[in-house]
Parts: sequence; C-alpha cells; structure tokens
Amino acid sequence: MSERRVELEVLRYHPETDAAPRFQRYSVDCREEWVVLDALNHVKETLDPTLSYRWSCHMAVCGSCGMMINGEPRLACKSFLRDYQGVIRVEPLAHFPIERDLVTVIDDFMAKLKRVKPYLIPAQARALEQGEYRQTPAELKRYKQFTLCMNCMLCYAACPEYGLIPKFIGPAAISLAHRYNQDSRDGGRAARQEEIAAAEGVWECSFTGACSEVCPEHVDPAAALQQVKIKSTVDWYLAHLMPWLKK
Amino acid sequence: METVHTDVAILGAGGAGLRAAIALAEADPKLRIALISKVYPMRSHTCAAEGGAAGVIKPDDSLEHHFHDTVAGGDWLSDQDVVEYFIREAPRELVQLEHWGCPWNREPDGSVAVRSFGGMQKQRTWFAADKSGFHILHTLFQTSLKHPSIERFDEFYATELLLDEGRCAGLVAIEMRSGRLVRFDARAVIVAGGGAGRMFPFTTNGAVKTGDGMALAYRAGVPLKDMEFVQYHPTGLPSTGTLLTEACRGEGGVLLNKNGRRFLQDYGMGPETPLGKPVFKTMELGPRDRISQAFWHEQKKGNAVPTQWGDAMLLDMRHLGEKKIDERLPLVRDMSISYMSVDPVTDPVPVRPVVHYMMGGIHTDIRAATPLPGLYAAGECACGSINGANRLGSNSLTELLVFGRRAALSAIEHLQSGAPPASDAALAGGAAAAQARIRELMQRSGGGETVAGLRKEMMQAMEQHAGIYRNGEGLAEACGKLADLRRRYARIELHDRTNVYNTDLLQALELGSMLDCAEAVVASALERRESRGAHQRLDFAARDDAKFLKHSLAWYGGAGAPRIDYAPVSITSSQPGVRDYSGAHA
Ligand SMILES: Cc1cc2nc3c(=O)[nH]c(=O)nc-3n(C[C@H](O)[C@H](O)[C@H](O)COP(=O)(O)OP(=O)(O)OC[C@H]3O[C@@H](n4cnc5c(N)ncnc54)[C@H](O)[C@@H]3O)c2cc1C
Ligand code: SF4
Ligand code: FES
Repeated sequence: MSERRVELEVLRYHPETDAAPRFQRYSVDCREEWVVLDALNHVKETLDPTLSYRWSCHMAVCGSCGMMINGEPRLACKSFLRDYQGVIRVEPLAHFPIERDLVTVIDDFMAKLKRVKPYLIPAQARALEQGEYRQTPAELKRYKQFTLCMNCMLCYAACPEYGLIPKFIGPAAISLAHRYNQDSRDGGRAARQEEIAAAEGVWECSFTGACSEVCPEHVDPAAALQQVKIKSTVDWYLAHLMPWLKK
Repeated sequence: METVHTDVAILGAGGAGLRAAIALAEADPKLRIALISKVYPMRSHTCAAEGGAAGVIKPDDSLEHHFHDTVAGGDWLSDQDVVEYFIREAPRELVQLEHWGCPWNREPDGSVAVRSFGGMQKQRTWFAADKSGFHILHTLFQTSLKHPSIERFDEFYATELLLDEGRCAGLVAIEMRSGRLVRFDARAVIVAGGGAGRMFPFTTNGAVKTGDGMALAYRAGVPLKDMEFVQYHPTGLPSTGTLLTEACRGEGGVLLNKNGRRFLQDYGMGPETPLGKPVFKTMELGPRDRISQAFWHEQKKGNAVPTQWGDAMLLDMRHLGEKKIDERLPLVRDMSISYMSVDPVTDPVPVRPVVHYMMGGIHTDIRAATPLPGLYAAGECACGSINGANRLGSNSLTELLVFGRRAALSAIEHLQSGAPPASDAALAGGAAAAQARIRELMQRSGGGETVAGLRKEMMQAMEQHAGIYRNGEGLAEACGKLADLRRRYARIELHDRTNVYNTDLLQALELGSMLDCAEAVVASALERRESRGAHQRLDFAARDDAKFLKHSLAWYGGAGAPRIDYAPVSITSSQPGVRDYSGAHA
C-alpha cells in the first residue's frame, strides 16, 4: 500500500486566544487513496487534538465538511489527495464568519433556508386515507435534481454576489424554493415568491454560474435561479402591464 | 446556568427526533418543543440511508407477510405485539412522508414504486433512488421549519439527563459555539440519539454515531436491551467501510467468491437463482446475518478475494446494465468509482461485511416508553423491540417514523396525566453536578491517557472479540479489557481547554458513551450462551429457546460491570420456527 507524506497548511483561528487567523503547517503520512478529511482526522488523532472542523458521514451526503481546499470550495470527504500536488491549503468556507479553525457560523444560511418556505404547500389537500398523490416519473423528474441539495453551502462560498451583498438569498435557498414550486403536488409558489422576488432575492444574481460549477450534487442552482428569474419577470409583467390576465 | 423551560425536550434531530417534533407540534401548537442536537439536523446519520423504507402498499402484499418476514428475520426475538403495531402504522407513515413532499420513485401510473429487499417475501420497500434516508431526513427537516413551536438548539451536546423523584425532568447540554452549559427543564424527554457503530473500527456509521443517547439513559438507570445483537451489513467497501446498499442485490446484483462461485448456495440459501432474476428470500436476498456469516466461512476456507485492505468478496452488478444502475443506484456507482476506483457497470466491486446497525438499545415498550417515567426513546437508540436478533433491511427507517410519532403521542399523554412539576432544587443540583463533572474533565492534568489512544484500544477489542463470530473466552477477555479502559478513562487528559467548539472535549465525552455501550454489548454477549440472529457463538452454535428466548437487559453498574438480567419476549401468533431461506417457499 503506497504511503505519501502530505504537507497541509491549515487555517487556525481561536476567538479566545487569537487576534487574527493564522496558518499552521502539518506534515502527515497519508495513504494514497485518502481524502483530505482522512488527512485532517489523522492530524487530529496523532498530531494536534485541538484542530476543529465539522464532519460526519465520510460519504458526501451529510454536507458538513465543506471547506476551501487550495482556494476552491469542496467537500473534504470527496477531495482525493491523489488529485493534489505540493502543499494543500485548507481554509474555512469563504463568505462565512469563522467560528473557530475550519468551523464557520452558518446562521445566515439557516435563516434564509427557512424564509423560502422549503416545504410542500399542497395544491389540493389530501387525507392520509386517500393514499399517495399521483405523480408520474416525468413529473418527478421536473424537480428531482433540486431535491438533491445537501445544504453544504459550497455554492455560497463560490458565489461572487453573496460575497458582495450578504443579503442575497443565494443559490441553495432559491434552488429549494424552486424545487417545491416545480413539484406537481405543490401550490405554494405565490407564498414563496414574496421572498425570492424581493430585492435581495433572485435579482442579485448575475449568472456567473460559479454555484453550479462547485455543486457536488449537480443540483445546478444557476439553472434554478434562471428559471425563477424568468418566472418572476413574467409575474411582474402580468401584475403591472396586463393585470387583467391575472387569475 | 441558563435554564430553558420547555414542555418536551428531544435529544437528537435525525429521522426519529424530527418525526417526534413534528408530531408534537401538530398535536398541539401551544406545546413548547426543544429539539436539541449535536449536529445540524440535516447532518444526522439518517441522511446516509440508501435503500429505502418498508411498508405494505401493493395489492399482492399483506400485513401478515410483513409480520412474518420481520419476526422470522429477527430469529423470533422480536416482540410480536410491537411488530404488529409497527407494520400496521408503517404504510400510513410512508404516505404521510409522501404528503410532505418526499420524492419517492414512481411507477408509470404515478403510484409509489417499491423494490425488493433481503429477507422480505414481497416488494415493499419504498425508495427514492439510493438516497432514501437523505430524502426522508430533508423532507422531515424542511417540514419542521413550518412549525414555529419547534425551537431548535443546533450544535448543543447533551451530557446528562436530569431526574427528580424517579422521573426524567430535563437534561443538560453544552452549547458548542460558546462552551457554556445550558439546563433544559422539561416535563417529558424523548431520546432519539441514534446508533453506536463507532465502537467498531470498520463501520458504515458516521462520526456522530457514538451511542450518547443510549449511554445517557443507561446511566440514568434505564436498562439497555439486547445489546449483543450488532448487525454486520455484508456489503461495505473494504477501503472505507462505506455502504453499498442492499438494493444492489434487490435489483439483481450477485455475490461471488474468488472462484467466481455464487457461494451463498453452499450455506443453505440456494439453490442458485438465475442471473438478473432475484428470488425473494433466497441467495443474495437472504438476510444480512446469514450472508455475513457465510462470508466468514468462505474466508476461513481461503475462498475470499484478497485486496490491499484485506479479504473481500465480489458484488457483481454488471448484468444490470448502465441504464438501470444510473437510474436506481447512482450513488452506488459514484461511490464505487470515487472510493474504490471500480465502475460497477464494467467490473465487480470488492465488498466485505461491515458493522452497520444496533438492534439493541434503550429498553422501551410498545408506547416508546422507557421504565423511567417521563422518558421516551425512538429510532436506532431504542429497542422496542421489532428487530429482534437481526433487523431486516428497510425496517428501521420506517421504525423511526412510527416510533418517533408514537414517542410524541406518549409524551403528550404523560403531560396530560398531570404529574406535578419537578423540584427546582433537584434540577439545579443535578445540573450543578453535571457542570462539576465537565469542569473536572477540562481541568484534569497528569492523567496521561488520551482520547485517541483509548478509542483505538476499544475498537480493537470490539473487532477482535465481538464480531460476526464470538466465543466465551474472547468475550470474557473483552469484558476485562473494557473494565480496564473505563478505569483508565477516568485518567484521560484533554489537550484543548478552551470553550469555543472544543471537539477534543466532545470526543472525550463521546468516548465515554461508547465505552459504556461497548461494555453492555460484551457483557450481554458473554451471558447469552446460544447463537441467534446476529449473535453467533462458536462455543454455543445452536439457538436455545428453552434458555434464551428472552431479552437481555444490561443495568448500569457505575464504576463496576453491568448487571445482566432478562425480560420475556412477547409472542402473539408466531411460535419460534426454522428460518428458511432455501428458496423452498418460492
Ligand atoms: C449507511 C447506512 C445506510 C442505511 N440504510 C438504511 C436503509 O436503506 N433502510 C433502513 O431502514 N435503514 C437504513 N439504515 C439504518 C437507519 O438509517 C438508521 O438506523 C436511522 O437513520 C437512525 O435514525 P435516528 O433518527 O435514530 O438517528 P440519527 O439519524 O443518527 O440521528 C441521531 C441524532 O442524535 C443526535 N445526538 C446524538 N448524540 C447527541 C448528544 N449527545 N447531544 C445532542 N444530540 C445528539 C445527533 O445530532 C442526531 O441528530 C442505514 C444506516 C446506515 C449507516
Ligand atoms: S446547491 Fe449544491 S453546492 Fe449549494 S448547498 Fe446545495 S448541494 Fe451544496
Ligand atoms: S463528511 Fe459528510 S459530506 Fe463530507
């Protein structure tokens, strides 16, 4: 089994003892097939138990381990050492305040997620005794990709607008709103629209597509934004220019 | 210390905790609900479940079938009245999730699609591709956002339950971002803390699954039931332990030894079924315990496939074709390529048995109630018991829905029973003692033991002595080892003495939970001198209904070993019989 010595340069910051973030170097003996998360775990176990970061599943489904790896937002459990040469620089996700080391404060994202009402608002009520709503595979396909968002927030770290205008509701929250809007069982678009068509909603997006590029789940938030924007524009025209068409 | 006053405190925001929270909020919007979790809800390990959730829905199936599959799958250690309740409620819960938006796979006519799973005689596993748990968790989490009465305490680590006069009346938790301790006064507490697979070195379980919920209840005097039953899933990736779902076999994947032989036919699960035409409860659709045990024997015979990570067998899915694999098992393909560099479309994937699920847990009854008034438990941390000696795949996602809700309803009944409020002095005393314990751990010096060191020794002992096959000698050694590790745990020393997001402290506390759970596992296993389901003793190879058709209960013994006694199994209609996976029924 091949081993390799890897140099990690990890951002450290502790609000109780550090005035500013700093970098710390670790030389770690790693196995070739490891991911960056394995290397961090190895540091924590054998070199420095004070290093803090989030992780749980180690299979790219829980969304905890987002970090900047060589400047790119990535999941540490899906970033293979074999894809990197030289020093690997690990920092907390960009655009979020640092709580400690690689742990960020994500209150802003959690609040935005809630604001877009990411739950089914049934178009037609149905009692449990009536069984499931019917939904064809084609109808499922219309929104399925947007259900795959694991809230890892890599897209926020990649988004230039979110960096500039933190009020921007952002790619993942909009994708999730769109996910429910596109669901054949749902009738809640109007309720969600208030939030996402507001100033800091969809209009801030300038379509650089960075969010879709970094998304590990291929949710394609840029496509969601685009579709929501078109719908919002149509709404605006309907409401302002052709009010008689509404309803 | 800050005190939060609430009606019901829920420890854990995975599938079970979220389901309980929603049931409480729906039943009475005025109830104050505190949902406390050491990780953000969507990070809970329910997200990792792949295959699906069982519930009878198709016309060719019946509740009786589901009942018999579950009871026989559990080697007759399940409580049959609880199983009856479970299978009756199951379809309702799965439809409920559908109404909340869960993206279940569909048939062309728009009805929900179901797939085959091991040990089930009909197709009854609801699925959302191979990310069923992910979608269940996110559907529940997102639905919970619509209820303002669910107050979340994300990244709060619960350290102790608070008791007053023989009742559970709250808990104490560390707010991770500040390090301060918070006291939660509650009229009822629901523990939904998940499993404990991290006691073992090679597991499908995420880092959060350290048995905290079980340990908290155990230390509060509630016994842990049937802890010796630890499920190995036959198909984990040898490099990381990452799971390849049983749905791989449900869809038609087969298992081969190094000679290319479908070896399960040599272990009472044959005759060989035609490739691409899986037969219910036969060959690759046998139950997990049997398949994992068959691999162990193949390994002894020298028939395993050597890999750089140790012995393996091959999971061959090539005949399913790229289209079906992409449609139904996309995550499996992605993970095989990422973590093993093997594409299942073109090559068989090496796999080996991996620690997966705890059948045992907090002693609960059909109402999800523990013997401690005011304390309820649901999800993997609880043992009701529907899973008996071996859980059937896809029963546990359904279980956490059915009993998450049941725990909420029972908690409400408890609130309505008009128990007097707990004494403030008692709760303050309990909280102060909890704080003193954390402080002592934080400040301790000169102990010399480390978290990582003890954890490694624990994992080794468990792997060596409490694996697929066990014997009395090894288990006795493991009991001694765990007693020693628990003594040394008192001398553990932290490197990090700061307050903010101190994972050194949290890992130390998690290790404490795992050591307590591990000791309950090996002590219960040593006493069970028979082989049943997932508990196989080389020195007692047969099932012994005369002596052991009963639940083990491990009672916390403080610094000493747990005391083991037993409770009867409830049998309503199915007398213990032979578990037949030979295809004879087909
Ligand atoms: C890889 C994998 C695949 C699986 N596939 C299937 C499947 O296809 N079908 C099936 O039926 N079952 C499956 N299972 C089993 C099933 O997923 C689990 O049993 C189930 O999800 C457990 O849910 P839970 O709510 O009990 O616990 P979890 O989802 O693990 O949640 C536990 C919660 O407790 C919290 N917690 C724990 N300790 C503390 C503490 N000290 N303080 C505060 N909070 C705490 C955590 O933060 C978390 O929120 C699978 C399991 C694994 C590992
Ligand atoms: S859209 Fe993609 S990148 Fe953004 S949070 Fe969701 S999964 Fe992560
Ligand atoms: S650890 Fe779960 S996504 Fe990386």
